[in-house]
Amino acid sequence: MRENKLQKDYIIDLKNISKTFDDAEVLKDINMYIRRNEFLTLLGPSGCGKTTLLRIIGGFEEASNGQVFFEGKDIASLPPYKRKINTVFQKYALFPHMNVEENIAFGLQIKKLEKSLIKKKVKEMLELVNLKGFEKRSVDSLSGGQQQRIAIARALVNEPEVLLLDEPLGALDLKLRKGMQLELKRIQQKIGITFIYVTHDQEEALTMSDTIAVMNEGKVQQIGTPVDIYNEPKNAFIADFIGESNILPGTMIKDYLVCFHQTDFECVDAGFGENAPIDVVVRPEDIQIVDKEKGMLKGKVESVTFKGVHYEMLITTGEYTWTVHSTAMSQVGQVVGMVITPADIHIMKRR
Amino acid sequence: MNFLKKTYVAVILIIMYAPIALLMVFSFNNSKLPIWSGFTLDWYTKMFHDTGIQQAFMYTLIVALVSAIISTIIGTFAAMGINRMRGWQKNAVMNITYIPLLSPDIVIGISLMMLFSVIKLPFGLPTLIVSHITFSIPYVILSVMPKLKQMNYNLYEAALDLGATPWYAFKKVIFPEIMPGVIAGAFIAFTLSIDDFVVSFFNKGAGVDTLPIKIYSMARKGVNPTINAISTIMFTTIIVILLVTNLKANKKVRQAEFKQ
Repeated sequence: MRENKLQKDYIIDLKNISKTFDDAEVLKDINMYIRRNEFLTLLGPSGCGKTTLLRIIGGFEEASNGQVFFEGKDIASLPPYKRKINTVFQKYALFPHMNVEENIAFGLQIKKLEKSLIKKKVKEMLELVNLKGFEKRSVDSLSGGQQQRIAIARALVNEPEVLLLDEPLGALDLKLRKGMQLELKRIQQKIGITFIYVTHDQEEALTMSDTIAVMNEGKVQQIGTPVDIYNEPKNAFIADFIGESNILPGTMIKDYLVCFHQTDFECVDAGFGENAPIDVVVRPEDIQIVDKEKGMLKGKVESVTFKGVHYEMLITTGEYTWTVHSTAMSQVGQVVGMVITPADIHIMKRR
Repeated sequence: MNFLKKTYVAVILIIMYAPIALLMVFSFNNSKLPIWSGFTLDWYTKMFHDTGIQQAFMYTLIVALVSAIISTIIGTFAAMGINRMRGWQKNAVMNITYIPLLSPDIVIGISLMMLFSVIKLPFGLPTLIVSHITFSIPYVILSVMPKLKQMNYNLYEAALDLGATPWYAFKKVIFPEIMPGVIAGAFIAFTLSIDDFVVSFFNKGAGVDTLPIKIYSMARKGVNPTINAISTIMFTTIIVILLVTNLKANKKVRQAEFKQ
């Protein structure tokens, strides 16, 4: 569906980007585009190259190969201060010898705006990030969450076309992080610009993004909506990285029929060919526990862990140990049946 | 036990400061001989009327100020460059920086003298200033470096990101961050320059004497309490500078603590 969009809709277009640091290939031939006004997340484990890719877009790093197009123009040779892009850095990077107002006004002063206009814009920004009246506070008197908001205000006041965010919530505690996730999404929708967000936290990515680009080992593994990525992971790495998964080897007997765990299952996938080797993904919450006679598979409950909303159970069938999430608890040692509906069986090409 | 502690400290202080105290006392002595024979300010009057001393004082001040300013500028930018280097290159440059610090003054003095002779630079104020800049730069680098390492490099990138040119980012963001290190470096360069005898001795021109050289040549001609007077004034000046800067630094620390 993404492919059908018109070219002019793209704000950033990355073509064949690679990056090498002292012989280590960090990015390998990245090709992707970012649409205007979308919230795109670069998601991947640490060392996958996501921050490097962000820094190339921001102009802090030069690609060894390839081009970065911004609104159709190659900006590879443009220094950061000439790009219509602003960044929120991982450790906030607020200027410690300036107060909140001076920090936010930094970019406006460079543009030589009138003093009264600067004051007005700073005030508006502080309202946007819910820190009204913080103008004269010193930066080190603020909490981590407040510093984060100031960093966002300082970037947004310059009215960039694109805002880059490098794991901005990484240093906050869980509760604050959840609040800020919603807040960021609200801000992005209100001002209507493109956000490119880097994180290793899959839950954060699923919560906020319009589009997620999953990265691993310097390559983009899959791009899609959070629902697509979660429900139709393209390979075992993504399935494993985005949420918990049961991943089993199997064979696609024909369209809509798959064999794994020495059992034939109906499924909703087609187009893999006949007798093709594939991997099957089943999410732990998609497995229903039933009486042992009614199950498609039979297994013994190995362990039960209370996780708050649900119980996490490990159920072994002898051949494979399944991770199952259920709100109903089974007893350890009990033999139970498991049911998987066709729509919950996800087929991936074997890598 | 407590008594022992106190005497121990007292003995150390006496060993350290008795010579200086003695020198100060004899600068007010009404005799050329080191025997107390009444209070006088004659030596101070003499000192202020001696054009040779006045000239040496002026030279010392000019050389110290100019060499401190130039070496601070060079050293600060050098430190920024070194800080951005990686791996063996950084180590190599840092070691080269340390060498002049560790090598004896006499070696630096003579090697500079040879260099100036070879390139046929006439000895005088310029050679004196250049030689002082040379031995001051490593000290400036070493005092700026820790501040640069402490600084979050993202601050510089954030400034660029917000539209600052590299020079503007240096002025508004980097410099305020590393300023304590830069000022400390400038002070070290200034005092080293005032203090220096050996390097100056080999690289000065005829008639261009700094205070230490002037004192040395006076002392060779025999005991002269004017020397005591000059030394007393130099010592008190340094002590006053030290006290003022320390008090200011303390005040800042207390303010920072109060904020937290």
